[in-house]
Amino acid sequence: MSTIQPQLASKLSACLHLVAKQKDKKAFTYLFNFFAPKIKRFGLSKFNNEAMANELVQDTMTLVWKKADLFHLNKGAATTWVYTLMRNTCFDTLRKLKNKDDISLSNDIWPSELDEITLENDTFKDHLLNENILKCVDSLPLAQQSVIKGVYYQELTQEQLAKQLNIPLGTVKSRLRLALNKLKQQMGDKYHD
Amino acid sequence: MINHHPSTAVLSAFSQAKLDDSIAIIVACHVQMCEVCQQKVASLTEKAANQVFEDDTFTSLDTVDFSDLQLDTMAALNLSPLDQDETSFDFDLPVNMIDEITAISETGLGFDTLEEDGLTPTKNLSHKDGEITLPRALNSIEVLPWQGLGKISRARFEFDDDERRLSLLKIDQGGQIPQHTHTGIEITLLLEGSFEDDMGTYQVGDFIWLDAKHTHSPITQEGCICLTLVSDALHFTQGFTKLLNPLGKLIY
Repeated sequence: MSTIQPQLASKLSACLHLVAKQKDKKAFTYLFNFFAPKIKRFGLSKFNNEAMANELVQDTMTLVWKKADLFHLNKGAATTWVYTLMRNTCFDTLRKLKNKDDISLSNDIWPSELDEITLENDTFKDHLLNENILKCVDSLPLAQQSVIKGVYYQELTQEQLAKQLNIPLGTVKSRLRLALNKLKQQMGDKYHD
Repeated sequence: MINHHPSTAVLSAFSQAKLDDSIAIIVACHVQMCEVCQQKVASLTEKAANQVFEDDTFTSLDTVDFSDLQLDTMAALNLSPLDQDETSFDFDLPVNMIDEITAISETGLGFDTLEEDGLTPTKNLSHKDGEITLPRALNSIEVLPWQGLGKISRARFEFDDDERRLSLLKIDQGGQIPQHTHTGIEITLLLEGSFEDDMGTYQVGDFIWLDAKHTHSPITQEGCICLTLVSDALHFTQGFTKLLNPLGKLIY
């Protein structure tokens, strides 16, 4: 079995971080050059159709571009992360072809680490643990605090919150993600499965 | 403590999205409950990723044709890639695709839909004795009302996967399913309670995959709720229980 060269692995990770931090186009181009042909090849083997394979490249690489800031949550390799994006996209596409229903199941079947964290927050019941969380929340930057408190304490929907804070919905979502990640780091792995 | 897990082969296929959809769902439900399998899936996914992305044969692009992507070359855009040693391919790069994708933030479009595919809310389902929180993989799937016969009730998921049917099966305290066999497969994931059969006692999280070779008659003292995936009606194998035909259909 082949393994990735450590040098290449860290280069790919570095590029993902650059894309996450500053939407660096050169870094993305590097990632694209590495991944696109392989994704296309994978798509051809799944769909046996050129146009659909190209679409898989486009969809997967779009997710890489948009979601790169989620990558640092993931302790695994860049290749594993991109693979899961590609696999999930491919699964949903095949299912839509076969069933003509429009449910995307892949995120429920293969949840990302972020989802795990949020689920844990949902099920926190312990009083001391709650206090601990409150302390951590208070140490977040104000912008992130307001989003966390709105969603989890006032139980506003993200849409309501966006309106209330007068910021775009996308900003609510990315702040929420950043905040959850920070909370996770602060609380340590103790509470993480 | 979970004693019964999907085999490594099944988990590997799961990691690569190679299982049939309904089987992938019931495996996902087990994985959510089982730390051991979560770790296995993580390492099997990494392995699959390595095979797809690291294998040298994938960097040979003779069979890959990007020509219909209306290409430009890197040079035309005057981009200097960070490093070309592993990534210099003998084909025209679909740079317009790169431009299209990277334009998403530049125009401010797209980020609002970033998490359109994100979390689906947890779903609770009530039954006659209370309520059960469904595993996440079932979040988006509609469930039909409970139907019951004696101590056994079933709620079917509206999920189309050939002949396989995915249901919740609830057996009340002291309930039993008469000895039966299947011509296809029967996968059971124990969500709540416990039950035993000829082969042993099962706990919450146990994943039991039976095929036509197996005959069993599950019985539960405390009652239980299972997720079941069955690929054909049950065949009861003992004399008078053949009268239980409706039960066989109910459970399927």
